[in-house]
Amino acid sequence: MLSIKNLHASIEGQEILKGINLEVKPGEVHAIMGPNGSGKSTLASVLAGRDIFEVTDGEVTFQGENLLEKEPDERAKDGLFLSFQYPVEIPGVSMVNFMRAAVNEVRKHRGEPELKSSDFLKVLRDKKALVEIDSRLTNRSVNEGFSGGEKKKNEIFQMAMLEPKLSILDETDSGLDIDALRIVANGVNKLKTPENSTIVITHYQRLLDYIVPDVVHILYNGKIVKSGGKELALDLEKHGYDWIKKEMEA
Amino acid sequence: MTDLNSKYNQLIAENLEKVESHSSDIMNNGRHEAKDIFSKKGIPSIKNEDYKYTNLLPLYNQEWSLPDFNAPMPFTNIDDIFRCDVPNLDTNIVLTVNGQYYEFQGDKETLPEGMIIGGLAEMSKKHPELVEKHLFKQASQETDSLIALNKALAVDGLFMYVPKGAAFEKPIQIVNLLLGDKPLLTHKRHLIVAEERSHAQIVICDHTLSAERFFDNSVTEIVVNEGALLEYYNIQNQHNGSSQITSVFANVHKDATFHTSTISLHGGLIRNNLRIALIGEGAHADASGLSLTDREQHVDNQTFIEHRVPNCTSNQFFKSVLDEKSTTAFTGRILVQPDAQHTNAYQSNKSLLLTDEASSNSRPQLEIYADDVKCSHGATTGQMDDEALFYMQQRGINSREAKLLLMYAFAFEVIEKVKVEPLAIRIEDLVNKRLRGELSRCNNCEIQCH
Ligand SMILES: Nc1ncnc2c1ncn2[C@@H]1O[C@H](COP(=O)(O)OP(=O)(O)OP(=O)(O)O)[C@@H](O)[C@H]1O
Ligand SMILES: [Mg+2]
Repeated sequence: MLSIKNLHASIEGQEILKGINLEVKPGEVHAIMGPNGSGKSTLASVLAGRDIFEVTDGEVTFQGENLLEKEPDERAKDGLFLSFQYPVEIPGVSMVNFMRAAVNEVRKHRGEPELKSSDFLKVLRDKKALVEIDSRLTNRSVNEGFSGGEKKKNEIFQMAMLEPKLSILDETDSGLDIDALRIVANGVNKLKTPENSTIVITHYQRLLDYIVPDVVHILYNGKIVKSGGKELALDLEKHGYDWIKKEMEA
Repeated sequence: MTDLNSKYNQLIAENLEKVESHSSDIMNNGRHEAKDIFSKKGIPSIKNEDYKYTNLLPLYNQEWSLPDFNAPMPFTNIDDIFRCDVPNLDTNIVLTVNGQYYEFQGDKETLPEGMIIGGLAEMSKKHPELVEKHLFKQASQETDSLIALNKALAVDGLFMYVPKGAAFEKPIQIVNLLLGDKPLLTHKRHLIVAEERSHAQIVICDHTLSAERFFDNSVTEIVVNEGALLEYYNIQNQHNGSSQITSVFANVHKDATFHTSTISLHGGLIRNNLRIALIGEGAHADASGLSLTDREQHVDNQTFIEHRVPNCTSNQFFKSVLDEKSTTAFTGRILVQPDAQHTNAYQSNKSLLLTDEASSNSRPQLEIYADDVKCSHGATTGQMDDEALFYMQQRGINSREAKLLLMYAFAFEVIEKVKVEPLAIRIEDLVNKRLRGELSRCNNCEIQCH
């Protein structure tokens, strides 16, 4: 699905990613944890194609193709989805029109016909139910005036609409109340198939009780310094990052 | 006296007699005085604060002729002219050609009883008392010499009288056409009177029909009498070698509303002056503007809203999207007189710059002499939001479409102020085409948008 080899990236001349290696196979769930500022969101942005970051070395293939030479929208149409840590508000662009444009772009790319208006609205309704979002939200401008939790739910709703192959969820759990966390996690699980893969970026073990990872990675100072099973998350919860830092310094 | 000013004094002197003979006594009244005022003041340069952002001298320095006031019309049916694929508006159409009233093309049956619509020169002969009561009462030539120039040279224009309590089935669409085989300097004068409790919707479309350069100076005086509602929409869509100065003066009486929106799509230099006086309690003014500019286009909107009496409200909402090397300016003056307590005045001006070379100027001018007043204003100039663009691209929308969605969202806030639904839809369509660069590619249309 996704293969990252020795990925280096920088912004304004400052190196943030310092040689990332990661293999994600179809159907796998990977968790990435790590202290604030270690480069988790940067990795997500670079994979999605945000051009403020410069890739200085390394390669990434997605479904066998060179990911880094593609435009962000091509990556999205190939099935890469990023649930943003901080979803942006877009005043004046309605959720419905935005989703209609996005869904039809993705369908066109897959060689499928555009959805009829009535079919589109039906899909919209079904997916809204999946993440239990207030149906009025889709009549508003994209994320405008949404609460923190509503924005996160809205990300998963869009993921449900677009049915990606690889989803990167960047701290989708932060800002969610306990019920919302369960709903969102259940939504993600319902969208899970044996073929699609998920990368979950989180600070908390709690989310991983719902979305159970096959592998947990610790990103520290721009590098993956440790990988292990789901128990690694439990260790982190107990001991914090100090032992990683000590290990690194030793 | 500069060479330029003597050139125009000479133009007036040489043509005054011909102009007078094609106009009417009422319109000729004060023509000589206007000539003198113009000759004293001359063409305003950018040293004049009111024209700080719009340099007219290069334009006036070009060679121009006045139109032939006797020219026969080269077409008979409006449908022959408009072959755009924009849906037709269901309106009653009034045509002016090079500043002169041409004809009414519509269904006279649908007009309310007592309604008068026709050429200002002709109507001031037929209805002298009505025209005389309102003509030249608002447009001050003392403060703007171009008003004097218009008064000296305007032969005709439109007179529209909406009787008491009248309402229309259809909007009135005034189509101003410019055509000629040499560069033309045109002047026209409109007068619109909406009597008590009447409601009218007026749509102005400015078009060029030939590729020649044009420079039009038009002055419109509007009276909105007690309890009346007048909607006045202007779509400016000429080719980029064509420039225009429009000046609209509106007196709004007790409990009356003047609602106006100007959409500037194509055109070379455009200067719009909007002067609204709220002179009866409970009067309301809503003014908005949207300009979409590219190449070396320049659009300058200057508003002056005067709150003369208590309990009036005014809203102003002007936006521009600037591409390439284009420039826009907005000057919004709000004057609240000492008597005008409980005034509520709002003003906003926003610009979206698509390139580093485009630039826009914004200048709010608030003069408040009453103490119980709510007055707010704001101006922003910004670029396209990169994060929003990336967000949309991440969902599969390519960068061009994402940009269009953002521009469109920005423009829509003005379009939604247009209350004639088919017109709003048509403007939406025009704006969409304009943003996609398609307007310049309508090839089976006589209207030369570029
Ligand atoms: N746009 C930017 N401009 C400058 N520096 C940036 C930018 N984006 C990220 N950085 C820097 O890159 C480093 C990594 O940031 P990143 O957002 O990837 O961290 P993170 O691991 O996601 O942290 P958190 O857990 O707080 O979300 C930080 O030092 C941050 O300041
Ligand atoms: Mg982050």
